[in-house]
Amino acid sequence: MVIASPRRRRPRSTRTGRRSTLASAALLLIGLLATGGAYAAFTGAAAADSSASASIRGANITDGQKLFAANCATCHGMALQGSKAGPTLIGVGAASVDFQVGTGRMPLAANSPQGEKKPRQFTDAQVKNLAAYVASVSPGPGIPAGKYLTGNGNVAKGAELFRINCAMCHNVAGAGGALTQGKYAPSLKGSTAAHIYEAMVTGPQNMPVFNDQNISPEDKANVISYLQYLDNNASPGGLDLGNLGPVSEGLFVWIFALGSIVGITVWLTAKSN
Amino acid sequence: MTIDTQGPVTTTHGQERAEDASVVGRMANYLDERTSLSGAVKFLGRKIFPDHWSFMLGEVALYSFVVILLSGTFLTFFFQASMSEVQYDGSYIPMKGVEMSAALQSTLNISFDVRGGLLIRQVHYWAALLFVASIGLHMLRVFFTGAFRKPRELNWVVGFLLFVMAMAEGFTGYSLPDDLLSGNGLRIIDGMVKGLPVVGTWISYLLFGGEFPGTDIVGRLYTLHILLLPAIVVALIGIHMVLLIINKHTQFAGPGRTNDNVVGVPIMPVFAAKAGGFFFIVFGVLMLVAATVTINPIWNYGPYDPSPVSAGTQPDWYIGFADGALRLVPPGWEFLIGPYTVSMNIIVPVLALLVLLGAVAAYPFFEAWVTGDRREHHIADRPRNAPTRTAIGAAGLTFYAALWAAASSDIVATHFRLSIESVIHLCQALLIAGPFVAFFVTKRVCLALQKKDREIALHGFESGRIVRLPGGEYIEVHQPLSEYERWRLVSYEDYQPIMLRPDRRGRITAGMRARARVSNWFFEDRISPVSRPELEASQHH
Ligand code: HEC
Ligand code: HEC
Ligand code: HEM
Repeated sequence: MVIASPRRRRPRSTRTGRRSTLASAALLLIGLLATGGAYAAFTGAAAADSSASASIRGANITDGQKLFAANCATCHGMALQGSKAGPTLIGVGAASVDFQVGTGRMPLAANSPQGEKKPRQFTDAQVKNLAAYVASVSPGPGIPAGKYLTGNGNVAKGAELFRINCAMCHNVAGAGGALTQGKYAPSLKGSTAAHIYEAMVTGPQNMPVFNDQNISPEDKANVISYLQYLDNNASPGGLDLGNLGPVSEGLFVWIFALGSIVGITVWLTAKSN
Repeated sequence: MTIDTQGPVTTTHGQERAEDASVVGRMANYLDERTSLSGAVKFLGRKIFPDHWSFMLGEVALYSFVVILLSGTFLTFFFQASMSEVQYDGSYIPMKGVEMSAALQSTLNISFDVRGGLLIRQVHYWAALLFVASIGLHMLRVFFTGAFRKPRELNWVVGFLLFVMAMAEGFTGYSLPDDLLSGNGLRIIDGMVKGLPVVGTWISYLLFGGEFPGTDIVGRLYTLHILLLPAIVVALIGIHMVLLIINKHTQFAGPGRTNDNVVGVPIMPVFAAKAGGFFFIVFGVLMLVAATVTINPIWNYGPYDPSPVSAGTQPDWYIGFADGALRLVPPGWEFLIGPYTVSMNIIVPVLALLVLLGAVAAYPFFEAWVTGDRREHHIADRPRNAPTRTAIGAAGLTFYAALWAAASSDIVATHFRLSIESVIHLCQALLIAGPFVAFFVTKRVCLALQKKDREIALHGFESGRIVRLPGGEYIEVHQPLSEYERWRLVSYEDYQPIMLRPDRRGRITAGMRARARVSNWFFEDRISPVSRPELEASQHH
């Protein structure tokens, strides 16, 4: 039901019928991103360092380098400089590597509209080694500290933040949603606390970056707590039909409710003859 | 089985009442002596209701409405139709301390803190969805069997109004809890209203009591939802039933079933008992669904706030076609005339919807005009025997389905791994080309089925048994039909295109010309029913 809302913020350009508004919105966004980016460049390094705690302790950078050369360099370049097949990894930080490799997105598979979550190829230790290696070449946002990942934050606060910042792409219950050009925001069911945190700080692909100025680390912990609350508690009303909203409810009523009632009417009238 | 002829019929029902000495009997007698109710009971009790499963769809609508009334009454005890700001302090943890309107808080309280509240909320909501769905199917049944023909056109119109009222009931209900989903729904309506030329903004301000969303709308919708609209629906259902009784129910052709009688079971006691049982079946199915399946989890949506919009924000299914119409408008239909924005992207879909609804309401009158048929029709058509009508229905349904599918374009895209643009383009193609294809295919299928019926009526079923005649010739033995089976196949209305003839004053008006043309289009392809001479000829060889 979003299209007619003049305040729509979802990037579904072809459905709005408002190219001109969108164009100016895009310009505005670019401007904001540019200033925001510059700002983040100055303050971000410090913020990153603070969360880049020593959590990659025990990681083996040389092993990471070997793994990188064997699995990643074809696309990202031997010196992380990037190539036609992949962006530069300079400054992406350990968080980005941990997220991309830890969720199985990297190494990137065949060309689909976007890199997708898939069974990952590396062990925990190898992921950490890769992350440590990339971070050692040039620092960036680090792997989040454990204290933000406990899931003991304020669920209500997290829910509110999630609705405001994330629901337009991921749906209020984290069920996922469509973006333009075949891209989509995935379902967040079962995402680990660390990956949620890292997704927020690194903004994979079409997802915006939520740095610590946008959402403080404590609030990130609250968002994580909310998503974990949803994972751990079944819907109070019974089956949740995938939390897809009125579409799945409508299909359900036609197919199952009306379907079974029609079945009964056929049976009733057949008996009476 | 009883046959209710339209002539006077004597009955023995209720005559033993007076002597009945039981408590019930005496009570009935007491009532009757004061109200003469027994006359009505006798009259209604003798009404006949034919049985075919599709004739029960209206009942499904009726019973879900009863469930809606019962559960809705319960909800009114606890719902607060107020938009004043409160801080949630109920027992659902992920909402603790969140600022919201009293409306949402009371709905959350019904869900989490009122005993049985969540079940009743879910029954109410599921029953509402089932109500409109069964109305839709009932309407299709009436359409495809031609049950809207004289003398039932008026009842069709009453039914149509019920359909519109049911959608309005549903939409006002959807908007009451003041959660994110309902607020977004209202936002769309607000956008549509504001998109109307000149009056739009005025109407929007009037509706919302100022700038959207304001603080009045929930209270106003509440009055509509629990007072005005239900009263209208109840009144219309009353008229619908009275007209049904006056017109009697249609029936499918069959031996002994003619245009002048109704064959079926009398309402009292058999049908009433069955209907009572059926009510509990519908109620039971709804309860089962409501007890096991979540609907409208407002606890996920949270309070309405104009900035966030959730992915997967959709209206309930029956408003989907309107949402879909908006989604299917290609970009760039908005332009400026001087300082005024002309929102063709809103005006066109709104007009399209009005035309669609208008066409539904007017169809019986259109068909009556085309056929020029002034007779009463009490025999329900088999859809194949009215190929053009059936094809028109299929075309309309395809049009509706394309709009409907478009409303879920984003969900279709993620679930079938398509891009949202291609889903929209697919729906656009379906919207424009689909009805023509559906019309053509349906008509051909109907004609083919009629042809097959004709073959069977004349030559019987193919038995698959091959027999060699003494002369060496092989034939397949056809199994002849019983008279009963044949009756079903041969009795239907055979219309022919209207001839263009001058009227009494020797003129041919443009209207007559148009009618002849449409009539020709309607009936040019037809398979006439097997006639008696044909039948006799086929039986003699
Ligand atoms: C087939 C080419 C390919 C291979 C192999 C590959 N990547 Fe990537 N990688 C990409 C592309 C393309 C992107 C950009 C994805 C996008 O934004 O759509 C990317 C993005 C990334 C990012 C995110 C960059 C950012 O801006 O946050 C990281 C981190 C990353 N890759 C790490 C790795 C690692 C580590 C490996 C090896 C295990 C690897 N990649 C293997 C193609 C590849
Ligand atoms: C503009 C849309 C958009 C917004 C807003 C957005 N995301 Fe995302 N999100 C995405 C997309 C697209 C992906 C998939 C990226 C990929 O596959 O590399 C994603 C991926 C993720 C993932 C990884 C899921 C997995 O597969 O394990 C998490 C976790 C996540 N987002 C959390 C969030 C949170 C929390 C917020 C709000 C603070 C948020 N997102 C806001 C678009 C968005
Ligand atoms: C609140 C919604 C409605 C209720 C409760 C309702 C109820 C009923 C019932 C119980 C019957 C008799 C049983 C049957 O034929 O199924 C009936 C018949 C009929 N209904 Fe409805 N109906 C509703 C909406 C509609 C709509 C939307 C239409 C069409 C636009 C419609 C048109 C008719 C007609 C023409 C008949 C007579 C059918 C015949 O005699 O064969 N009704 N209705």
